[in-house]
Amino acid sequence: MNSTRLRIAGYSLLLLLGMIAPFFGYPVFLMRALCFALFACAFNLLLGYTGLLSFGHAAFFATGAYVTGYMVKVHGFSPGLGIVVGTLAAVALGFVAGNLVIRSQGIYFAMITLALAQLIYFLFLESSFTGGEDGLQAIPRGRLLWVLNLEDDRTLYYVVFAVFMFGFLLVRRTIHSPFGQVLKAIRENEPRALSLGYDVNRYKIVAFTLSAGLAGLAGATKAIVFTFVTLTDAEWQTSGEVVLMTLLGGMGTVFGPIVGAFSIVTLQNELADKAGSLVTVIMGAIFIVCVLLFRRGVVGEFIALYRRVVGNRRM
Amino acid sequence: MSLHETIIMTSIFGVPVAALYGQLVLGLVNGCFYAMLSLGLSLIFGMLNITNFAHGALYMMGAILTWIGLAQFGISYWWALLLVPMAVAIFGIFVERSMLRWLYKIDPLYGLLLTFGLALVLEGSFRYRYGVSGLPYSIPEAFQGAMNLGFMYLPKYRAWVVCASLAISFATWFVIERTPLGAYLRAATENPLLVQAFGINVPVMITLTYAVGAGLAGLAGVLAAPLTQISPLMGSNLIIVVFAVVAIGGMGSILGSIVTGLTLGLIEGLTKVFYPQAANTVVFFIMALVLLIRPAGLFGREK
Repeated sequence: MNSTRLRIAGYSLLLLLGMIAPFFGYPVFLMRALCFALFACAFNLLLGYTGLLSFGHAAFFATGAYVTGYMVKVHGFSPGLGIVVGTLAAVALGFVAGNLVIRSQGIYFAMITLALAQLIYFLFLESSFTGGEDGLQAIPRGRLLWVLNLEDDRTLYYVVFAVFMFGFLLVRRTIHSPFGQVLKAIRENEPRALSLGYDVNRYKIVAFTLSAGLAGLAGATKAIVFTFVTLTDAEWQTSGEVVLMTLLGGMGTVFGPIVGAFSIVTLQNELADKAGSLVTVIMGAIFIVCVLLFRRGVVGEFIALYRRVVGNRRM
Repeated sequence: MSLHETIIMTSIFGVPVAALYGQLVLGLVNGCFYAMLSLGLSLIFGMLNITNFAHGALYMMGAILTWIGLAQFGISYWWALLLVPMAVAIFGIFVERSMLRWLYKIDPLYGLLLTFGLALVLEGSFRYRYGVSGLPYSIPEAFQGAMNLGFMYLPKYRAWVVCASLAISFATWFVIERTPLGAYLRAATENPLLVQAFGINVPVMITLTYAVGAGLAGLAGVLAAPLTQISPLMGSNLIIVVFAVVAIGGMGSILGSIVTGLTLGLIEGLTKVFYPQAANTVVFFIMALVLLIRPAGLFGREK
């Protein structure tokens, strides 16, 4: 079995699991995990393939969620249109923020994205359309394209799964396109990419905007699923969570963020009521273990192991 | 008219002078904490090439240890001022020896991720043990009450915090810029291999640098203990502002950190008086502005 076939097996498995999952698992939990998986995939496009560590992606996630929630609840938008508008808002914010933050590099980039996200957090806290500390409650799920009744968890699940697959395939397509190759070149050696004549900053801004938009899409979908949006979505902890999901699953791998997201969401789900603040401790410990012992993440280690085994057999 | 009434009645731009001075002092106090924390961050970054996300957690640890010391062991504020920074520094040595030293040769982003994890562990552990509601710590007797300066009342403890942290900041600056030890440190920042070849034990210097940085954060925590509600969450909110301060000032300049920290504290205080809605965000706006004009920060060097 070569790596192409391994990849095809991976995609088929993903599709199959996605289709049958609601018959075995609790749909709301699965939808939450899918939203975070999409969020992590969007984040991975930036960290894993462009080499930019954004510590403020919660800002885009929350923007998508708040704008969608507001449009659907207050202006009576249909959920589909609401999600589109929410995503576009995140794209716009991503474009503005991207233009600002790409002026900094490396460690500064992480610190500045974190600080900007905190700025957005405070704006959400103080502005009236977000409902401040209370957040937006009772957002109607409504009907998608007049026919699909989203009040039904299972119907909504398949819509969310479709949204996830759209985002996932878009990320995949981007990575394997010539554009994605340039991003990888920037990650590996930025001065070299620059000297080859690529407008590095423009590539970075496009990647940042795309990543922000997909993070917004994830947030927008989550708003419809849970029918509420709170400040938690905009907090720095959420930015940290998505970093952890990507790191744990394996940054720079296509499936890593999905594995990471499902692991962390499961962990939170299992432990939340038993040991609230211990979740934070465990997540921190996972961070430390990942950085010290396996920086390639679960999927990354698996791929490395697979290559080693197959390589040995060939010799 | 008594002096007290004069203070209350005088006003500038419709803002009572007393409120203005009060907020300025408060801003200065905050600025002192920004200065001390960004100083430690700069110190650690210069030597270890690691952005210490756990800095806020170490500061929180300092404050909570101060509280524990008094509540459970009867250790007074004055002893805490000495013992707590030492305890935090020893914890720093443990962290550097067991974790950080494995990261020096890889991408500095991993240092940020690891210390972020460490911050979560510390915050979560203290939260598990002590909850999130603020723990009270009373101002030590010597500093209770306020001084009458003629134009305002200055709470004694705030005056002490400003004096103490300025002294600490400038002492740190003096050690690094004006003593032989500081010269080794600066040399090791530039070229560790060469300094080691001259017979100086660079790994020990690295460990001690992290310990001193951690100790400074712990000391800031002790100073903050009587001022705020002590809570496991107090560090993470502060560290993000300090990151913005560092981005504005630029890492690598000790004096730059101190000046930027104090200035931003004052600006924040002024904002609270004249446009309170923006008090939380003004530092971040300034950061965005500086980023547009000087991406490397006001005192930073372009690489």
